[in-house]
Amino acid sequence: MSKSEMIQTDIGSVLTAEEIAEIDAELAHVPYKSGAAIDALKIVQANRGWVSDQCLQGIARHLDMSAEELEGVATFYNLIYRRPVGEKVILFCDSVSCWINGCDDIKDKISQTLGIDYGETTSDNSYTLLPVPCLGACDRAPVMMVGDDLVTHIDHEMVQQLFASAEQGSAE
Amino acid sequence: MEKVLTRNIGVDQKPTDLKAYEANGGYQGLRKVMAGMSPQDCQAVISDSNLRGRGGAGFPTGMKWSFVPSDDKCTPGHKYLVCNADEMEPGTFKDRLLMECDPHQLIEGMILSAYTIGADISYIFIRGEYLLAIQRLRDALKECYASGLLGDNILGSGYSLNMYLHPSAGRYICGEETALINALEGKRANPRAKPPFPQVSGLWGRPTIVNNVETLCNIPHIIDRGADWFKTLGLGEDAGTKLFGVSGRVKNPGCWELPMGTPIREIIEQHAGGMRDGYQLKGFLPGGGSTDFLTTEHLDLAMDYNVIGAAGSRMGTGTMIILDDRTCPVGMVLNLIRFFAHESCGFCTPCRDGLPWSRQVLQDLEEGRGQPEDLETLSYQIKYIGAIGNTHCALAPGAMEPLQSALKYFYDDFKQHISSGRCPYH
Amino acid sequence: MPTIFIDGQELQVNDGENILEACLNAGLDLPYFCWHPAMGSIGSCRQCALVQYQNEDDTRGRIIMGCMTPVTEGARFSLKAENATEFREAVVESLMLNHPHDCPVCAEGGECHLQDMTVMVGHRDRRYSGKKNTHRNQYLGPLIHHEMNRCITCYRCERYYKDYAGGTDLGAQASHDHLYFGRHEEGVLESEFSGNLVEVCPTGVFTDKPFLKQYSRKWDLQSAPSICNGCAVGCNIAPGERYGKLKRVHNRYNHEVNGYFLCDRGRFGSGYVNSDARLDYAGIKQADGSYMAVHQQQALETAASWMQGKKVAGIGSPRASVEANYLLRELVGAEHFAAGFSEAEAPLMASVRRILQTTQAMIPSIKQIEAADAVLVLGEDITHTAPRVALALRQSVRNKSFELAEQMGLPQWQDAAVRNLAQDQRSPLIIVSAMETRLDDIASQCISLAPDQIAEFAVSIVEALAGEPSSNKQANQIAEILQSAKNPLIISGTSMVHWGIVNAAVAIAESLCTEPSGCMLSLCIPEANSLGVALLADKSSPSLPDLVNSPPEVLLVVENDLQRRLNPQQMEQLMSAGTLVISMDMLENATLGASDMVLPAASYAESQGSLVNMEGRAQRYFPVFEPAAERLPSWQWLLKLAALTNHKSLSKIEHFDQVVAACAKSQAEFTNLVDAAPDQSFRDRGLKIPRQTHRYSGRTAMNAGVNVHEPQQPHDHESPLAFSMEGLNRDQPAALTPYVWSPGWNSNQSLQKFQAEVDGPLKGGTAGVKLLQSSASGATQKASCEAVEMQAHHWQLVPVHQVHGSDELSVNTDEIAEMAGMGFVSLGAAVAHKLGVSEGDGVVLASGGTEVSLEVRILQRVAKNCIGFGLGYAETLYLRAGSLATLAVDAQWQRPQPQLIASDKATPDPIVAEGGSAHV
Ligand SMILES: Cc1cc2nc3c(=O)[nH]c(=O)nc-3n(C[C@H](O)[C@H](O)[C@H](O)COP(=O)(O)O)c2cc1C
Ligand code: SF4
Ligand code: FES
Repeated sequence: MSKSEMIQTDIGSVLTAEEIAEIDAELAHVPYKSGAAIDALKIVQANRGWVSDQCLQGIARHLDMSAEELEGVATFYNLIYRRPVGEKVILFCDSVSCWINGCDDIKDKISQTLGIDYGETTSDNSYTLLPVPCLGACDRAPVMMVGDDLVTHIDHEMVQQLFASAEQGSAE
Repeated sequence: MEKVLTRNIGVDQKPTDLKAYEANGGYQGLRKVMAGMSPQDCQAVISDSNLRGRGGAGFPTGMKWSFVPSDDKCTPGHKYLVCNADEMEPGTFKDRLLMECDPHQLIEGMILSAYTIGADISYIFIRGEYLLAIQRLRDALKECYASGLLGDNILGSGYSLNMYLHPSAGRYICGEETALINALEGKRANPRAKPPFPQVSGLWGRPTIVNNVETLCNIPHIIDRGADWFKTLGLGEDAGTKLFGVSGRVKNPGCWELPMGTPIREIIEQHAGGMRDGYQLKGFLPGGGSTDFLTTEHLDLAMDYNVIGAAGSRMGTGTMIILDDRTCPVGMVLNLIRFFAHESCGFCTPCRDGLPWSRQVLQDLEEGRGQPEDLETLSYQIKYIGAIGNTHCALAPGAMEPLQSALKYFYDDFKQHISSGRCPYH
Repeated sequence: MPTIFIDGQELQVNDGENILEACLNAGLDLPYFCWHPAMGSIGSCRQCALVQYQNEDDTRGRIIMGCMTPVTEGARFSLKAENATEFREAVVESLMLNHPHDCPVCAEGGECHLQDMTVMVGHRDRRYSGKKNTHRNQYLGPLIHHEMNRCITCYRCERYYKDYAGGTDLGAQASHDHLYFGRHEEGVLESEFSGNLVEVCPTGVFTDKPFLKQYSRKWDLQSAPSICNGCAVGCNIAPGERYGKLKRVHNRYNHEVNGYFLCDRGRFGSGYVNSDARLDYAGIKQADGSYMAVHQQQALETAASWMQGKKVAGIGSPRASVEANYLLRELVGAEHFAAGFSEAEAPLMASVRRILQTTQAMIPSIKQIEAADAVLVLGEDITHTAPRVALALRQSVRNKSFELAEQMGLPQWQDAAVRNLAQDQRSPLIIVSAMETRLDDIASQCISLAPDQIAEFAVSIVEALAGEPSSNKQANQIAEILQSAKNPLIISGTSMVHWGIVNAAVAIAESLCTEPSGCMLSLCIPEANSLGVALLADKSSPSLPDLVNSPPEVLLVVENDLQRRLNPQQMEQLMSAGTLVISMDMLENATLGASDMVLPAASYAESQGSLVNMEGRAQRYFPVFEPAAERLPSWQWLLKLAALTNHKSLSKIEHFDQVVAACAKSQAEFTNLVDAAPDQSFRDRGLKIPRQTHRYSGRTAMNAGVNVHEPQQPHDHESPLAFSMEGLNRDQPAALTPYVWSPGWNSNQSLQKFQAEVDGPLKGGTAGVKLLQSSASGATQKASCEAVEMQAHHWQLVPVHQVHGSDELSVNTDEIAEMAGMGFVSLGAAVAHKLGVSEGDGVVLASGGTEVSLEVRILQRVAKNCIGFGLGYAETLYLRAGSLATLAVDAQWQRPQPQLIASDKATPDPIVAEGGSAHV
């Protein structure tokens, strides 16, 4: 074990008992601890919205992985957030069927309404806007997910209704 | 026509729970097998049935399974069955329907498949964004464990199987079966080199079968009703039914179960209701974002693997994307290439750096900066990136399919972008 | 041997190899990036494309990757087909999309594999109109510089660092064209083998940081074949010089020893050669304690007059060459020649010598170590005591996976597939040590025992092997593992300074020799020429304490800082006024400071000589450049002294080759020494081997600032190498290969042009010669040693060896000093807890009358009653292995602030790989 890792051990675990219990449940059916890496990242993210450096190190320690190895995994996937996000993430489909059905225009409308572009979060921290590959609801294009909800056949009016109350402007 | 895969799916798209599923003949196939069919018997039926994989490549399922070494031919240990439910191919929305509305059909198919290949552990690798499907599968799995359909000693047969749900962290390449295996191992989802094929060295180095959701949903019916019955379902040379879908500017976009070999015109004009008013059909991708464009001249072709193949495209996932006359083909291809470039795993050079290069040329064209030599560059890139074997996996060649066929069929549109210095559709 | 066809040419190829290897073996120039001979294929770069044809009638064929395609009988390929050449060019063109166009100022320029391949595929004009992706670089410590924009994503760095060298803190991040290779956070790379990244990376992403500070182009470096003197492994190195400075050290391929890789001590630890603390002139101590500088001749004459008619003794050195030690022995006579080992080391080295001469076990080369399928390590943390061997052990544990792969018909070079298949199944590696080791991560078993118990445990294994299962189940089980292995290896050594351990290790190896498998035995010894000097000492040779007890009238010390071997009282006694001490060495040290005369010795880079490594292999190093000022190689000082004192046999000798010949004649063990390298008379097609490249530039200008007249090039009368660019650099004898270069192959990848076949020996053979042969007689040792008696509240001191820190010379390099940190004590978590200290706190350690304050390092695995001390640090110089110590919290301790001596860390800028997670 390296020196830097040993120093980290002294901080104690940053994960909650519930998170650890959930991760351990995943560990029960993988032959190697690192096999639960993605599940663990998702568990922690579900709890906290994103995966901070500290959490990443905590998970890595729990899974006997190096922080680097887990970082390699975390940064590979679209749905693991290594920076803070708003309360709800808008996954806006910009793939082909939605594009044919005018999603660029809808995206502009959302950006205008919320005052944020892709990768940004509203200043009241309620929304983060991200593009997502085809959501598999092309028959109902244009579509997006707002938090856990699939929103289909989006038009300007719906955007207005959904987001009018959110504060304008992007936050750092 | 008889509905097979969607028989439990009503217009309201309500989920089918265990009771309802069983009431409509569900788990009959499984009971039959557990009461006395051997894995070899099942294998024979599936091989006989001519079922071809519905994940996109159309590989014969029976043949794929037959490559799994029998216990006496491999070191002792687990074998795995994995359901590929990562549906992320642009324009594809069929597996979602099957999982949201009839989760037990998939589970029964997986138990039977696992039994056939001798797997004792199975995974459903599902797209992370499919929250509703995840919830319904989770509930269905619980029901199965509670009623002895999964776990130890299934239905008293002595056969045991565990099934786990793995929601993905999101990445198109995870749909590629070996990348999927890496993702299941908790790693970066780079595809693996083949050989060795997963059938002999897959998940955690063990024999593994990866099948698409729709493929697996066919299994209970084939086992229950036989290979001959299944073969009679298709209109042409391919067996069974298939979920076909249409998106784009049609009157009634959607997804329907139809016989294999249904003519394209029927799918677009009858089921999808034809083009929306004021729009003309210009072309279409027959089976998702990584298939070649076909055009009006191909409307009377049957949706059969070989027929579509002979026409220069692929059946792919069977979900079509329609290009209408008011949508820019260059823009459409740019949208697709941007997707593929972003979803490249970054492992091999032609895909990682070649696709962004194509994207750049298309963007120049679309934004009015195109130069005459750009079209040559695109052809060069197609040759460079587009052939299977040039890249490490099939993502990049797939990405080139819409581009190469767009250049073939819509060459004038490309030229016009250059000559007029802007996108004529804007 | 299958036959294949490449562009119609019929080739006989090796079974089981891939087409890329076949092409390279046939001398064809097939570009590649991600493939590496030691790491196999993954097929990621797609550069090694050829066209394969189904049969003779197939004219279209299809593109295949050479590195991923096994040779098969009758297969047909084309390298020249237009679609193949076009494809290869397209690969380079797309790699170049984001590549900076700064070759002329890039640190890799002129030895860049990407540059070579770009020229090879003929790519010239850029068609891409977009903006380049850029990345932030990371601070990776004082040794490695990071320049991510140059990355071509071949994955070699990650595969080398993680898969090959077992590092955990560097790898791939992000994806698509945002791929990034770096650490999770900025910081010092942890691997002891990080320096190989410099040579593994085909571009300039990872470069030699100390070299950047005194940069020269590869073609401007003057190089000579050399041997690392960092430890007893004897890795072959190619140091490069310009302007009288040693600029950098590259690996020099030796098929049987180091292959392609060095440890960081070897690569970065030569900075001392350029140190300000180097001695330039001879000096004679004045009454006031200062030294008066004198010329060589004057010093020699004075020394000769001191020696005339006096009782003269000599102290040799385990870090000086065989030749220097031999001359010293002859000069003073064997009965007055001390090998220069410490009191504890001397008997150990004597028995190692005896063991290596008599054992039936095979003494393996590193290459052979890689082939072991079960390894037992007794008492060594090999990563720190024989680093390159540890790297070999990391490969040996993979033999299990190769076995599995073979069952599936999978070739070894299918690297990712073999790893996926085997997952964590490894060949057994059992480590029995007092403390955790850097190989614990791949060990099948780690057993923590105090040194005495290690010896006892090993004896139980011997008993179990003899069919008398002991009460120790673990020992029985290990015996079984070893017995069922096809190629077992026992590793031990002197690092615990414990004769019982070495002895029992030998006994295990000997018992296994009665099995059909036989057994390999590898003993790690302390210094680069420990074995060489041990071979020169005989029974009549005095030990250092003997000399202390009856000091000679005149004492000649050759390259040995006695402070590291004697305690202060002994040192005082030996160097006392009664004895005239004449010392030759490179760097100021305590011994020079206490001598009456000091003579400036040349470093390894300025002299030639032979070193005998831990396997008994004699290897020759040659001067890279001429010694500056009035420095002389020790062998020359001694030869001149012999002449002035009219020594009976030596005074007839003038040249190095004659010294070698005399040494070879003097004793049977050295008979083969003459074969370590060709002698001075060797000529390649009439010419000496040039140290300078054909493109060596600015030779006439280099000194222009001093004198506009170009000085004459120095002549080298002692070796077959010339200080010149004239001569041939092609297929010369392996021992005379100063650097590798071949037309079109400017990078170190040109090595393949020098290899007889991919990953095989050089066309010029393998450098060096084995001096010792295994014997049939068997090494019988009497197994007895005194156990340490424990006392309450005391701990037993265990030496902790450090790649950076324990070695005498390399720590005089700024970067290595920074890596080494300060003297430390290693405690188990329980002891630390009991004392109430944590990592980085201070404790006062008292042992045998010495009291020192040391920094605490906490370990996961420590044997009961043991604590470790960092060996070789100024603070720990007088602590002795095996003695007892007490510990107390140091109330005055201040946590050491991280001291940046050598590094250039600017701002602590947490790196986020561009596009970190893809969307956010
Ligand atoms: C880039 C790429 C993405 C893929 N994505 C999917 C997918 O989302 N779902 C799927 O079932 N198959 C996908 N496939 C095909 C799978 O690799 C594999 O062929 C399939 O899961 C096999 O199932 P089947 O034999 O039942 O068709 C993809 C292939 C590639 C090359
Ligand atoms: S083609 Fe290459 S880079 Fe692209 S997804 Fe496949 S392996 Fe990854
Ligand atoms: S060397 Fe063959 S693909 Fe990289």
